[in-house]
Amino acid sequence: MTHAAIWHLAGHRLLLDPAGALIWPDRRLLAVADLHLEKGSAAACAGHLVPPLDTQASLRRLWALLRLYRPATLILLGDSFHDRLGHGRMLAADAALLARITSGLRTLWVQGNHDPDPPSRMPGIGVPHHTEAGLVFRHLPGATTPDAPEICGHLHPKATIALRGTSVTRPCFVVDARRIVLPAFGTYTGGLDANDPAIASLFPRGGRVMLLGEKSVFSFAFSARRQRGSELTRPLPAA
Amino acid sequence: MQDGLPARFHAWFAARGWTPRAFQLAVLTACRAGRSCLVIAPTGGGKTLAGFLPTLVDAAAAPPHGLVSLYVSPLKALATDIARGLEAPITALDLPLTLGSRTGDTAARERAAQRAALPNLLLTTPESLSLLLSDPEAAAKFAGLRHIVIDEVHALAGTKRGDQLALCLARLGSLAPASVRVGLSATAAHIPALRAFIGPDGTPDGTDLIESRGGAAPEISLMLPEGRLPWGGHMGLDGAPEILARIAAARLTIVFVNTRAQAELMFQALWRLNEATLPIALHHGSLEPDLRRRVEAAMAEGRLRAVVATASLDLGLDWGDVDQVIQVGAPKGVSRLLQRIGRANHRLDQPSRAILVPANRFEVLECEAAMAGVAAGDLDGEAPRPGGLDVLAQHLLTLALSAPFLPDDVFNEVRRAAPYAALTRRDFDDVLDFVETGGYALSGYERYRKLFRDSEGRVHVRDARTARLHRMNIGTIVEAPLLKVRLGRGRGGGLVLGEVEAYFANMLRPGDTFLFAGRLLRFRGLRENWVEAEDGGTGEPRVPAYAGGRLPLSTYLAARVRAILHDPASWHVLPARVRDWLAVQAARSAMPGPDDLLIEIFPRGGRYYLIAYAFEGRNAHQTLGMLLTRRMERLGQMPLGFVATDYVLGVWSARPPDQFDTLFDQDMLGDDLEAWMAESSLLRRGFRQVAVIAGLVQRDLPGLRRNGRQVSINTDLIYDVLRRHQPDHVLLRATRADAAAGLTDIGRLAAMLSRVRGNLRVVRLDRVSPLAVPVLLEVGKESVRTEASEEALLAEAEALAAEAMAP
Repeated sequence: MTHAAIWHLAGHRLLLDPAGALIWPDRRLLAVADLHLEKGSAAACAGHLVPPLDTQASLRRLWALLRLYRPATLILLGDSFHDRLGHGRMLAADAALLARITSGLRTLWVQGNHDPDPPSRMPGIGVPHHTEAGLVFRHLPGATTPDAPEICGHLHPKATIALRGTSVTRPCFVVDARRIVLPAFGTYTGGLDANDPAIASLFPRGGRVMLLGEKSVFSFAFSARRQRGSELTRPLPAA
Repeated sequence: MQDGLPARFHAWFAARGWTPRAFQLAVLTACRAGRSCLVIAPTGGGKTLAGFLPTLVDAAAAPPHGLVSLYVSPLKALATDIARGLEAPITALDLPLTLGSRTGDTAARERAAQRAALPNLLLTTPESLSLLLSDPEAAAKFAGLRHIVIDEVHALAGTKRGDQLALCLARLGSLAPASVRVGLSATAAHIPALRAFIGPDGTPDGTDLIESRGGAAPEISLMLPEGRLPWGGHMGLDGAPEILARIAAARLTIVFVNTRAQAELMFQALWRLNEATLPIALHHGSLEPDLRRRVEAAMAEGRLRAVVATASLDLGLDWGDVDQVIQVGAPKGVSRLLQRIGRANHRLDQPSRAILVPANRFEVLECEAAMAGVAAGDLDGEAPRPGGLDVLAQHLLTLALSAPFLPDDVFNEVRRAAPYAALTRRDFDDVLDFVETGGYALSGYERYRKLFRDSEGRVHVRDARTARLHRMNIGTIVEAPLLKVRLGRGRGGGLVLGEVEAYFANMLRPGDTFLFAGRLLRFRGLRENWVEAEDGGTGEPRVPAYAGGRLPLSTYLAARVRAILHDPASWHVLPARVRDWLAVQAARSAMPGPDDLLIEIFPRGGRYYLIAYAFEGRNAHQTLGMLLTRRMERLGQMPLGFVATDYVLGVWSARPPDQFDTLFDQDMLGDDLEAWMAESSLLRRGFRQVAVIAGLVQRDLPGLRRNGRQVSINTDLIYDVLRRHQPDHVLLRATRADAAAGLTDIGRLAAMLSRVRGNLRVVRLDRVSPLAVPVLLEVGKESVRTEASEEALLAEAEALAAEAMAP
């Protein structure tokens, strides 16, 4: 049994699942960001024959979440495909699974920078962003209306916790009272350290990082002052 | 001319006051007869000249056409310096022989000239040779090859670079069947394996063995620090005053240490005492190459009195007239000690002088064991392991680049390389399948294939882009992610001191001080891929020292140490302080026997300690510790941590350990091992290396920024996917084979567990035994981890933070 963490955004009670999804129980809504489907085949096009299993693995994890939470709305927060041509490279079985996932409920394909257009012949609606009860769902952070609380992706946050002479790095949610940045959900997606200015500057008064564990998320204070880092997180060099 | 050497060569030797040595003439005779040979001779004995003599003599008889001779060395610098050394005889003997070198450092202009025509004699490295063999013209260019000289064979065989070289030699054997090989090696264990490595058919019998013994036996002595003899620690800093006195009494000393951290600390300790300001320098592998080269030059010019060095000075040229070698800390192996001693005094008629400075009591025993081993000529070292499948994958694509091939032919050719002599057809086919389409059970990559087959079954490379990409990826050295250390700040500004592993930089907080490149530095922060540091002033470093990344070497002397312990009659050679220590141990507890496993159990500080005197080396003990604590966990004994040294394993637990036959049962090497290996970071690191070598992901080329269009995927993510969905994939098999042979030392552990079965000797004590003190002192110094999973660590960190912040 996994345990999602609870986080309140503008008075709404949200769940942050250790698989990397956000759930809004009152609205029966589930959101994931940055699936980057077909990143493996993109590498294959470039001559690196990495295992062609990432799309299947990502979709199966998503399918398991849908069965667990039974949402009525699925929001894919952009960069669902790694590139514009990704949809065309899908294996038939993977395409069938994606169709099955997106047809049983209302699916919103939020535009990403990697995939500005929603995939053709897939159920669901393409939207530039989506607003629900005052919360804005969009790919790139940076609120559309001033002060509107937002839920976004794009940044692939991860954080490093140092302890006992070793360190653990995991993808994470970065949260404060106004904003939630989702971790990348894709199987082959890398990450950007939460202390990187691209992320830290979104949280000028600090916040929390919620690291994804196997069964629960682990929550740590996150300070915006870059030099000190937070008590436990440290900047990681760009790899 | 009965010895096969033309008169003008005799005259040249005579003019220099030399006589041709018997082994040099033997090489000439072997090559004349078309036989390959392995030359074993000490450094400086004219070994290199022996390798080139057949080429020089041939050139004197008839001017060569095209490439006739190839020299391969593991060191780039060696190729350049050998070329310089060869110019003297070529000029003096007026030989019509052109000379050139080809390494990663060769200038583009020279590479272009070599594309048009190779010199008669080419000096190169395994990586550059592989690149040359990817040339579509390779068959024509190498067809006239007569002699292949392979230097430092002992350092190449059994490594991935050695695997690559062996495959290249097999190819050269096909392109130039008449060529003969001359291997040059220092004294080493496993001579038959080295002969097979050189041999044209991959067996020892295909190679003549030419040994130049002789030379005076080395003089080795033991030096203990004045006053107390430490119980633990490996740095040997207590010996600094005596070491400095010896440096002052000699002309040029190399002070060898075992790790980079130790080099930094010893360097500091010597300079703190160095009131006469003797010129003492520092040399280790993390330093900027420019700094290293300057130290080497200063040695050669006689401007230094001592150099504190790690294995970075083990191989290669003679820099200066070293007349004394001081080994600080345990020598770890007889072969290694001999190699280091050989750095002093290259005149064969005089003994090399070496001084061993043990850092603690156990090391006194190890030094004695090493001296006895040297006296007995008992060489040691890993036997070369089978060739890596990742290296084979890279090689198959290299071959396809040069010309289409039939898989059957290449399979036969590859099996003529000793590391692949036992390669199965299944492994070969899986590797070829991996290169073609990735080798995944789930197909779907047909359209991205890198190789295709024509109607006759010949394998072709798909396109020019695949070829270009592959040429950039050739080579088997995969560096851990490194960050350059810069003194001062700003773009382009500041002095570059060297490189540290990313994980080390990640442990530093701004303001932390640490020792690097012989200085105390204060960490300012990370900027892009730079570690920015400033002068740290004086005082003790907060972070002890740059740990050098690699685990310390495991010892090969453990069996001899065990024999000394077991035989009180041999104790008379030991210092009195060590004898007393052992006598008290014998009275209070027991001494480890030759075939049993002594296990001591005692309570201390509210915990129970289990000390197993296994003597199998640190890596095997580390693996044993991981597996044993898993098992104790299951038996409810609540293990809390363990520490492994070269000699013993110490485990502590909340409940008293028992059921020892179950704990030490051999079946721990089954499922438990699998389960541990699967989640161990060891395998992830290993997989990254395999994935880069096999060409699954792109190598991070220094200075080459990734452009946005490149797709980079973290190998950890690929590893997880592959392990879940296709655990028998050929790259995972290659990764497991690497881990079993290397860091986990499973072979040694398995042999020990089977030997001591039914021979566990459990001694229960009411307090710590004298022999256990050194390992207890390691607790807390080493990073001690039970298999606390990442999840447990995160939970602990979260709880700690919550506790600290609680109102």
